[in-house]
Amino acid sequence: MPTDPTQQRAAQGADLGGAGAAPERVAPAAAGSLITVEGLAKHYRVHQRSAGVAAALRSLLRRRWETVRAVDGISFSIAPGERIGFLGPNGAGKTTTLKMLAGLLHPTAGVVSVAGFRPAERSRDFLHAITLVAGQKQQLLWDLPPADTFELNRAIYEIPRPVFRQRLDELVELLEVGEVMRRPARQLSLGERMKCELAAALLHRPRVLFLDEPTIGLDITMQASLRRFIATYNERHGATVLLTSHYMADVAALCPRIVVINHGRIIYDGSLPQLVRRTRPEKRVELHLERAIPRPELEALGARLVSFEGTQAVLHVEQGDLKRLVTQALAALPVVDLSVADAPLEAVLADLFAATPAPAAPGLPAIVAPP
Amino acid sequence: MSAPVAAWWPLRLARLLAALLRVGLAQALAYRSEFIVWLLTTNMPLVMMLLWTTVAKDAPVGRFGQAQFGAYFLLTMAVRLLTGSWVVWEMTMEIRQGTLARRLLRPVHPFLAYCAEQAAAVPLRLLIVLPLLVVMVGWLGTGQFSREPLHWCLLPLALAGAWALLLSLMLLIGALALYWDSAISLFELWLALYFVLSGYTIPLELFPAGLRAVVTWLPFRFVLSFPVELALGLPSVGAALAALAVQWLYVLALFVAALTVFQRDLRRYAVYGG
Repeated sequence: MPTDPTQQRAAQGADLGGAGAAPERVAPAAAGSLITVEGLAKHYRVHQRSAGVAAALRSLLRRRWETVRAVDGISFSIAPGERIGFLGPNGAGKTTTLKMLAGLLHPTAGVVSVAGFRPAERSRDFLHAITLVAGQKQQLLWDLPPADTFELNRAIYEIPRPVFRQRLDELVELLEVGEVMRRPARQLSLGERMKCELAAALLHRPRVLFLDEPTIGLDITMQASLRRFIATYNERHGATVLLTSHYMADVAALCPRIVVINHGRIIYDGSLPQLVRRTRPEKRVELHLERAIPRPELEALGARLVSFEGTQAVLHVEQGDLKRLVTQALAALPVVDLSVADAPLEAVLADLFAATPAPAAPGLPAIVAPP
Repeated sequence: MSAPVAAWWPLRLARLLAALLRVGLAQALAYRSEFIVWLLTTNMPLVMMLLWTTVAKDAPVGRFGQAQFGAYFLLTMAVRLLTGSWVVWEMTMEIRQGTLARRLLRPVHPFLAYCAEQAAAVPLRLLIVLPLLVVMVGWLGTGQFSREPLHWCLLPLALAGAWALLLSLMLLIGALALYWDSAISLFELWLALYFVLSGYTIPLELFPAGLRAVVTWLPFRFVLSFPVELALGLPSVGAALAALAVQWLYVLALFVAALTVFQRDLRRYAVYGG
């Protein structure tokens, strides 16, 4: 969805002094949307000073402040049951956006509606409707077994005991945490702890899951296990999932739609395959040859030779030219193995980020893929 | 899902408090060694008792002879151990590290959770205080204590008031950390004044008359000296009732101020690292 210029102007003109937050309005929910965000902005006023004692003394007399536009007028909407990946480099504004949607941060400007609520009010019903799990932060009581946190959440969310038992059994089965939930949280491995974090966060059956790098630091097996769980939970209960992750495998496996943020602005909103086609339209062809051949023989294929070492070569070719190239390579070269793939997602995103440098002036339009 | 609707909110609140207290006690028990060692570091009243009983060896100081000083400082120690709290350090740390977010995501006001956690530690505190009281009665007998039944009726309220007053002050200073990174230094200032003006090192009765008239109505007295005075039977019944009213007015004012600051400054909260 393109950013609304009116909302952007509101964001740019927001007062940064005082409480650092402008009055927030509830976004009118777009038809069929569970989450609606319009012109959302979060600007911080941060103290700046150079290193050293002299700078420290100077800062006592005269402080320098800088406005950081962590999120700078973004707009999007999310339908119930969608799984969305929030991507972006460090400091892009992903987590800040998630925190505003979860009601932890008050926006500087813009309008937000999550499940019909204004998040910053943190109403009881809103807090029953959402959950936020951050891979780098814990909700579990550190010195007590996760079972105690589960029991506390039962009381906090006022879950009737039979319902609690049923939900806990389901989560324990899906997450395979039956063995570990009676050991102190501090004695659990990172993977076991994350599974218990998810169980604790889902006991009240929230409609919206905000997951901030839930697989960070986990081994590949545990990452895959958590991905399977999130997908199953989403399909079984229709929960809406917003996920941030630096692991492209998480996003590729879980999120039919991605929103890419850079410098606090949305630079892409659409599907992953479309992003790849748009940013890196060439296919990557890897050739494993029986023996070394002269470089001109590869160049004669008419594709861009990206790398060539010994018997391994990598070529990039336009989608429309792929069939010809493969046929010609198999006919003309001593090919032992050949594989065709899209460009790695990391490379696609690196290209996208590089193409959107920090804006000198607000108003950079987003690329929005058609549905 | 929407929040469940219960018929009667006091019952819901009681259930929630019971759960918070259970978890708070379990946490206090998990930290039992550190907690007990921390309590035992409260030894200043013993030092002051030795000092003042030596001073009073030949002649009493005001109304205080050796036995009165012994009772006063042992009671001072008991009140401080029983009504202490650590919420200001916990809260400022949670705000600085962004972990306050954990509490903000739950449909329970963070103040309620803090209060329950602190209240849950009281049984452990009693484990230290009760033997101290037994030793005190064994050493000094019961002659030093109030014979006025109303003093003993007011004592639980005064102890609860002392606990609530300190907790409210800590919540207020903790809430200020949302706005001011160095809010904890305010508590250090409070402690510096508290050591002198609360009766921790000198019974307030021994202050010069002019200063005593002021100190009597400052909040420091109500955190420590007032319950001790009641147990020793020092104030008249009328003065005790007036002091109790003032103590709870302080509690109310500080708690409302803490809530107001917290609600207002939450808008500034940046949740860094959280």
